[in-house]
Amino acid sequence: MKQAKMLDVGKLREDFSILNKKINGKNLIYLDNGATSLTPESVIGAMNEYYGEYNANVHRSIHSIGERATIEYEKAHEKVARFINAEFEEIIFTRGTTESLNTLAYCLTKKLKGGDVIVLSEMEHHSNLVPWQQLAKEKNLIVKYIKINENFELDLEHAKKIIDEKTKIVSVTHVSNVLGTINDVKEICKLAHSNKAIFIVDSAQGIPHISVDVKDIDCDFLCFSGHKMLGPTGIGVLYGKKELLEKLDPFLFGGEMIKEVNFENSKWNDLPWKFEAGTPNIAGGIGLGATIDYLNKVGIKNIKEYQEYLTEYGIKRLNEIGVKIYCSKNPKNRSGVITFKINGIHAHDVVALLDRDGIAIRGGHMCAMPLVTKVLNENSLCRASLYFYNTPGEIDKLVEGIKKAKEIFHVI
Amino acid sequence: MTKFDDNMDPNWTGDEEVYRENIIDHFKNPRNFGEIVEAEIKHSELNSVCGDIIRLFVKLKDGKVIDAKFKGNGCAISIAATSMMTDALKGKTFEEIKNLSKEDIFEMLGIKLGIVRMKCGLLCLNTLMNGIKTLEEKK
Repeated sequence: MKQAKMLDVGKLREDFSILNKKINGKNLIYLDNGATSLTPESVIGAMNEYYGEYNANVHRSIHSIGERATIEYEKAHEKVARFINAEFEEIIFTRGTTESLNTLAYCLTKKLKGGDVIVLSEMEHHSNLVPWQQLAKEKNLIVKYIKINENFELDLEHAKKIIDEKTKIVSVTHVSNVLGTINDVKEICKLAHSNKAIFIVDSAQGIPHISVDVKDIDCDFLCFSGHKMLGPTGIGVLYGKKELLEKLDPFLFGGEMIKEVNFENSKWNDLPWKFEAGTPNIAGGIGLGATIDYLNKVGIKNIKEYQEYLTEYGIKRLNEIGVKIYCSKNPKNRSGVITFKINGIHAHDVVALLDRDGIAIRGGHMCAMPLVTKVLNENSLCRASLYFYNTPGEIDKLVEGIKKAKEIFHVI
Repeated sequence: MTKFDDNMDPNWTGDEEVYRENIIDHFKNPRNFGEIVEAEIKHSELNSVCGDIIRLFVKLKDGKVIDAKFKGNGCAISIAATSMMTDALKGKTFEEIKNLSKEDIFEMLGIKLGIVRMKCGLLCLNTLMNGIKTLEEKK
């Protein structure tokens, strides 16, 4: 096991002031990055600068600060586009992955007819399951789920069986928020396209940890959130291929998305603004731009390499104390998520006991209730989700905390 | 939704006394665990945040509780509270169990609960109250 040399974690930690805070009298050990990540000073600074120096609306106000706000907000779109190898017109800012996926569910099912099939997977977060499930009920569509195998990866043979000419949409997660599995979205994309189906990637848990190239994947749409990649909450992205976005009708109507309005008819604005009705989350958008700058500086490839090391260390240490871990055996196929179960202690109690030591992890269904309760057959699980500012020392503290919890519950 | 009580310290986060031996004991060896096939009150409630689920069975005869059992799974606080509550229900009149309050549950547990754990501790009471409501609607 070798540690990635390129990341100076101690130095990077200085960028996150929250890491100096005491929680219940102890140093914060933040292992709940799957829920939301911490925010570096440069991102907070970029948003403060907007509010403190050029607080104005975008695309309407032609005075100096309005112009600066417009430039910065558009620049953020450009940065996101470059980050995922897309074009400027293909980047729509939303409230987050959930809103991006809901928008797609409404827009894309509009033209579907009864009996058409939507394929998801068993490891979807509620946000990539419930919108499709509910619209399917309304329009008599059929939802099918790609199964997961015993190594907690998607069963591609099963995918081949269920994706057929009746399939109109395939939407799967890039990285599972429970299992940490990195899915072979490129392969599933080929399956979808060979059946003329639209292919969507939910990259909420992917983009913070692995390089994303939409042209390489060849996906039609890709969604993610700012706050899971060090950015602010309330801002997210919907990427779509230009030719598809041009064909789609807008989902929300109002200001900003319009070019011309009379009492009878309206003309839509150009991409991407056609899908950004109303005054957007300007500070959030600018903050997301600053987030991309920060991630580029650290380097996604370095993050991936360091996390592979840290995750392997975490799995090894947790295995030593006999907890049951749910993740792929292949280090290359997993992100920094370690979901586990301690026999004899409910996840909520584990979370509460670790919190006393300032250690933040997640317990419960992790917003993937069908996966946890029906596929893994568990009522509740614990999840430690890592990011590059976490250290092996913090993992050791987690292990100590679990040992203490076992003592309190008399679990050997 | 959990409401802040006036007498609750909003800054209270330490729960050192929560995992006392009697709580751990009720969690590991829950009393009245099981099912009553013919029960007047049969009701389930879920705490979706952590996935706790409680199914409560209460058998009434001549306006009195003659048996109470429960099934489900959850954290130490929710299981211990339900275990203790089912013990307490036995022998009480229907009117008495209708007036059971959250203070009664806290007294049984013998601990003070923070805002987050409140939901766990009161899941049993919510299950009972919604079960009573369903029973009264049927009448």
